[in-house]
Amino acid sequence: MTALVLAEQATGGAIADATLAAITAAAALGGPVHLLVVGDGEGARSAAAAAACITGVERILLAADPAYGAMLAENVAPLVAGLMEGYDAFVAAATTTGKNIAPRVAALIDVMQVSEILSVEGPRSFTRPIYAGNAIATVESADPKIVLTVRGTSFEKAAAEGGSAEVEEVSGPEGTGADAGLSSFVSLDATGGERPELTSARIVVSGGRALKDGETFERIITPLADRLGAAIGASRAAVDAGYVPNDYQVGQTGKIVAPDIYIAIGISGAIQHLAGMKDAQVIVAINKDADAPIFQVADVGLVADLFQAVPELTEKL
Amino acid sequence: MKILVPVKRVIDYNVRPRVKADGSGVDLANVKMSMNPFDEIAVEEAVRLRERGAAAEIVAVSIGPAKAQETLRTALAMGADRAILVETEQEVEPLAVAKLLAAIAADEQPGLVLMGKQAIDDDCNQTGQMLAALLRWPQGTFASKVEIEDEAVIVTREVDGGSETVRLQLPAVVTTDLRLNEPRYASLPNIMKAKKKALEVKTPADLGIDISPRLTVLKVTEPPVRQAGEMVADVDALVGKLKALGVV
Ligand SMILES: Cc1cc2nc3c(=O)[nH]c(=O)nc-3n(C[C@H](O)[C@H](O)[C@H](O)COP(=O)(O)OP(=O)(O)OC[C@H]3O[C@@H](n4cnc5c(N)ncnc54)[C@H](O)[C@@H]3O)c2cc1C
Ligand SMILES: Nc1ncnc2c1ncn2[C@@H]1O[C@H](COP(=O)(O)O)[C@@H](O)[C@H]1O
Repeated sequence: MTALVLAEQATGGAIADATLAAITAAAALGGPVHLLVVGDGEGARSAAAAAACITGVERILLAADPAYGAMLAENVAPLVAGLMEGYDAFVAAATTTGKNIAPRVAALIDVMQVSEILSVEGPRSFTRPIYAGNAIATVESADPKIVLTVRGTSFEKAAAEGGSAEVEEVSGPEGTGADAGLSSFVSLDATGGERPELTSARIVVSGGRALKDGETFERIITPLADRLGAAIGASRAAVDAGYVPNDYQVGQTGKIVAPDIYIAIGISGAIQHLAGMKDAQVIVAINKDADAPIFQVADVGLVADLFQAVPELTEKL
Repeated sequence: MKILVPVKRVIDYNVRPRVKADGSGVDLANVKMSMNPFDEIAVEEAVRLRERGAAAEIVAVSIGPAKAQETLRTALAMGADRAILVETEQEVEPLAVAKLLAAIAADEQPGLVLMGKQAIDDDCNQTGQMLAALLRWPQGTFASKVEIEDEAVIVTREVDGGSETVRLQLPAVVTTDLRLNEPRYASLPNIMKAKKKALEVKTPADLGIDISPRLTVLKVTEPPVRQAGEMVADVDALVGKLKALGVV
């Protein structure tokens, strides 16, 4: 079974870590892995050159067109659906881009997608979390082709170097071309910054509702994160209240993280939050309520007022 | 413009799901069920669009057992004008849900379908995208802001790197994220009024859609449980622990 993986670029032009994990999942299906790089002209070409070096990828399909620049699902999905005649599986990372595009591809080729897989049990069977990760389902697909999104934290990343794939140019469906004419990109308000990326950081410091407001969050959480070289995350409550941008949210319906160390500060530990971080190797919690559910999963817990404990911790580290 | 709002009946988000001992699924007997939280946000947004004059009629749709009528009544109490239940006792997968919704969209000709980004039971996050594909309509997923502008809808989307804004030609499918709005509670008079609103019941066969599943659930298991660790007395002890763990 030959698998086609959708590539995403990280800021700076490298292939995203989430894609490297998706490549590992695709390879576990047992057949050759091809990578589809889409984008606008030069950027896409240099990404394809980088992608060609990934270990385990046999061929790069490059679709370069201004209409693919923002990876709009309306334009990318018909391209993929057309290419799928030659493939048995389509695999994307369970990022917001992958989640946006893959189900659109699946419906176009009449396949039921298996979302956010945790493991490949066989060429057609997979495990995936349901009910906010409170249950793990093993499912088997009876569809002629497979469409998967892959949870990045559950698979090793394929090595970005060591391969030498050939690059082949492909283009959108005949007749209509690359632009489906349904949608257009307006703007991107990027959170950006120098900090490690949340989903692949080794250490994550997260703050919750207890942080009061954006200014307080910044004053308490940021120095600790800086001291540890950590990424910053947050609970839904902290995001809803506007302390931090939406893409900081960790949880069932936000980002999934599995760092070596996760430090939860002023976060109660609702099941929706735990769903996003309970695969961390070590969980540290600081909360003034000794009965907070977060302590049931924490490896190290400190019952304290965070406004005293966190600055003291930052200073003593 | 007419807005179609698909709403799913799911386990209440406050309930901790329990895996059945025989591994066949999650125990839903005597468990509190509610409208999927993202769908509440979708109903709220539809009602706000009507209040702003951007929409004329709101039709709520659910696919599920007879009990899903309760979910539709909630949508009606929040402000939907009428409801359609596609009744089946079978589990319906997102692809089949999307096909049923596409058939209803063909009948109803809505200008906009507003739905949740994710059902909190199957956590699939795919039905809206599939519906948009089947209808060949554009999709604005994970929306935190929705504005109607002549023949288009401007959607701000919550994406991994921040917020993205796209312009979609109408008709379109939009799926909601948590920050789009805060859903209202239905008032008692509105709950009473909702009982009198029209609720039509159809079957998948009426719509001519095959809902046979494509996936077989081989088993459902509990995830590994984490053991609570150790409580430390003060910051010094915490620093000691972090050093021992090699964090610093
Ligand atoms: C559909 C849906 C999806 C959701 N998805 C997510 C998700 O993806 N991610 C997510 O996080 N949540 C999600 N939630 C929300 C979740 O249910 C909780 O409401 C949320 O996680 C609570 O955030 P919190 O822990 O910051 O706030 P709270 O529950 O209010 O907890 C605040 C904590 O701070 C402690 N505290 C207060 N003051 C201090 C102090 N001075 N010092 C130390 N501790 C202090 C308190 O003891 C308390 O434990 C979702 C909910 C729904 C319905
Ligand atoms: N059985 C259903 N009835 C009505 N709407 C549904 C149903 N299943 C899914 N949906 C809609 O599709 C969204 C995404 O669901 P899912 O793709 O299963 O995560 C939900 O938030 C609902 O708006």
